[in-house]
Amino acid sequence: MKTDMILAGVGGQGILSIAAVLGSAAVTNNLYMKQAETHGMSQRGGDVQSHLRLSDRPIYSDLIALGTADLILSVEPMEALRYLPYLKDNGHVVTSSAPMVNIPDYPDEERLMTVLRSLPRRVIVDADALSRESAGTPIAGNVVMLGAASPFIDIPFEFLERGIEDIFARKGDKVVESNLKALRAGRDFAHQSSR
Amino acid sequence: MRKQLLLGVEAIARGAIDAGISGVYAYPGTPSTEITEYIQEAPETADRGLHSQWSANEKTAMEAAAGMSYAGKRALVCMKHVGMNVAADCFMNIAVTGVNGGMVIVAADDPGMHSSQNEQDSRVYGKFALLPVVEPADQQEAYDMTRHAFDLSERWELPVLLRVTTRLAHSRAGVTTRPPVAENAPRYPTDRRQFVLLPVNARARYRSLLQKQPALEVDAAGSPCNRYIEGADPALGIIACGIAYNYLMEAFNGHSPHPVVKVGQYPMPRDLVERLAARCRKLLVLEEGYPVIEELLRGYLGKEPVSGRLDGTLPRDGELNPDHVAKALGLPTRQGMPIPDIVMPRPPALCVGCSHRDVYKALNEVMTEFPGGRVFSDIGCYTLGALPPFLSIDSTVDMGASITMAKGAADAGLSPAVCVIGDSTFAHSGMTGLLDCVTENAPVTIIISDNESVSMTGGQDSAATGRLEAICRGIGVSPEHLKVLMPVPKNHDELCRVIRDEIAFPGVSVIIPRRPCIQKAARDKKKSKK
Repeated sequence: MKTDMILAGVGGQGILSIAAVLGSAAVTNNLYMKQAETHGMSQRGGDVQSHLRLSDRPIYSDLIALGTADLILSVEPMEALRYLPYLKDNGHVVTSSAPMVNIPDYPDEERLMTVLRSLPRRVIVDADALSRESAGTPIAGNVVMLGAASPFIDIPFEFLERGIEDIFARKGDKVVESNLKALRAGRDFAHQSSR
Repeated sequence: MRKQLLLGVEAIARGAIDAGISGVYAYPGTPSTEITEYIQEAPETADRGLHSQWSANEKTAMEAAAGMSYAGKRALVCMKHVGMNVAADCFMNIAVTGVNGGMVIVAADDPGMHSSQNEQDSRVYGKFALLPVVEPADQQEAYDMTRHAFDLSERWELPVLLRVTTRLAHSRAGVTTRPPVAENAPRYPTDRRQFVLLPVNARARYRSLLQKQPALEVDAAGSPCNRYIEGADPALGIIACGIAYNYLMEAFNGHSPHPVVKVGQYPMPRDLVERLAARCRKLLVLEEGYPVIEELLRGYLGKEPVSGRLDGTLPRDGELNPDHVAKALGLPTRQGMPIPDIVMPRPPALCVGCSHRDVYKALNEVMTEFPGGRVFSDIGCYTLGALPPFLSIDSTVDMGASITMAKGAADAGLSPAVCVIGDSTFAHSGMTGLLDCVTENAPVTIIISDNESVSMTGGQDSAATGRLEAICRGIGVSPEHLKVLMPVPKNHDELCRVIRDEIAFPGVSVIIPRRPCIQKAARDKKKSKK
């Protein structure tokens, strides 16, 4: 098994929390993982990305080669498009539909959605609404996104659930439970929309 | 044993703790910052009483580490590549004195300039100082080579430079650790002349350093950090340094058909390189950063059949990646869909609510009244004042250069000469420049935009917090021209007035707009909740 994915977003949106859950899932199940992330200047509201690679065999490069990523998982719709050169021919794009408008020339949202919908294999998620519905709070949006990407990540869903339990354990059972609900809501949405 | 998921820099920190360091000394700088932060948070630091507080700059950090080594203890010192320039005076001379307790200097290079002003290659410093350098390729090696570097340092009684680049520094993978070793007992140098670099002693020490060089090459050839890997096809021989080795292995799925020398310890392992050159018709050098090895092997006249970053086989600048290396090996590469035109650049920006915004808004308004004026600035979040919508500053060169460049420009007749520097950068390298200004009563207006934090690197404590006015007064700034106020929108007119008045004063003025970094304030609030 092997999944190469680009995590994308804007500095401050917390894409590394998604990586943390996957990391925990990888380590617990003796999988190999490499995850290169962005620190420093770009964290100040700039575009940020993380290359995340999971495999049951040793991984060499910390970076994913162009045209080879299985998945782009973005918590911001325009940022999902920035990494298309990395996506392989039959790769998937899973993105949040909520724009983060912090630049004066942010594209027209209608046009942006049209471009996103024109992609052959994409799941566009209203993460905020799904988080509220499932977890009762908007703050589990990134976990919803991970759930929505889970059908395209080549590890058992249970591994991700255990990852959520590990990462959120110190915040108490209630937080773990609401994040598990968010994860499942994301997965269910992806199954419905890619059907 | 269960693996720990660590960033490359965290693996270095873990390696140093397990190697029995008694302290770490550092000034924050991307991509090196998390080494010290990891040690600050590690349980051993409290248990063993390890030193881990931030230093004022890289030079004070390296000197303190040298002092810890003098006392027989193992010391780690960490910085970003340009920090090596600040610490270079100590670095070049500590190579001559040699060390007592093991001393490892981590230089985190930033090829591609993700968060830096240049992409200098610290391996050149290693060669300059005639010191061993180790360069890990992955997170496990970052851990292992840190421990190896301390042993190497004590074996040769020399500081050892550990070079890492951004991509490994900030990439995470599973790392297996080994049982730690105990800290050294105190043990002072037996020869009192060792650290006294009077010419008579320095000549002897330098000769001793030179005499070690052939042995360091031999050490490198037998080092676990360097390996010769046989391959069936001698049409090409490959030398792969540091993280570039990963891209090579990626290209060939773990098995290169060509013989490879993997380099992780310098000086270059001569035996291994000679063996490769004898077996292969031509050589390809894969190295992140400057073409250090390629230049060495090609020679000035370029008669040797060596390719790499100098002959265009690989790009001369920027970071390497798997695509560059695959192309250099003549392998096919792919490309996904192009980026749609609708995607706009999203450059970093000052946070909404950041105090620097209020400072630049006021400064811009006042500077429209002085079209002949210029604003010299410095290194930190406020460097983003160079971008729209502010476009406030005319220079960013090196730590502290705002004050001194403003002074030099004023000496040349520029008026008004204004500078903007952050509180931590001022503590790092601004104070001596201010002293020059005061000495000559230079007509400069210095704005120390004080957010009580080293913000760009993640909100570390600033050495000047709570002491800026006292420092400025102590250096000799006149109290009438030392102004402190809070940069918030309702004080905009007041801030403009103060800047205007101080520009009119033909001598040294220091204006300190002070409001805590909003990111740090939010983090501190979160921490206090826990």
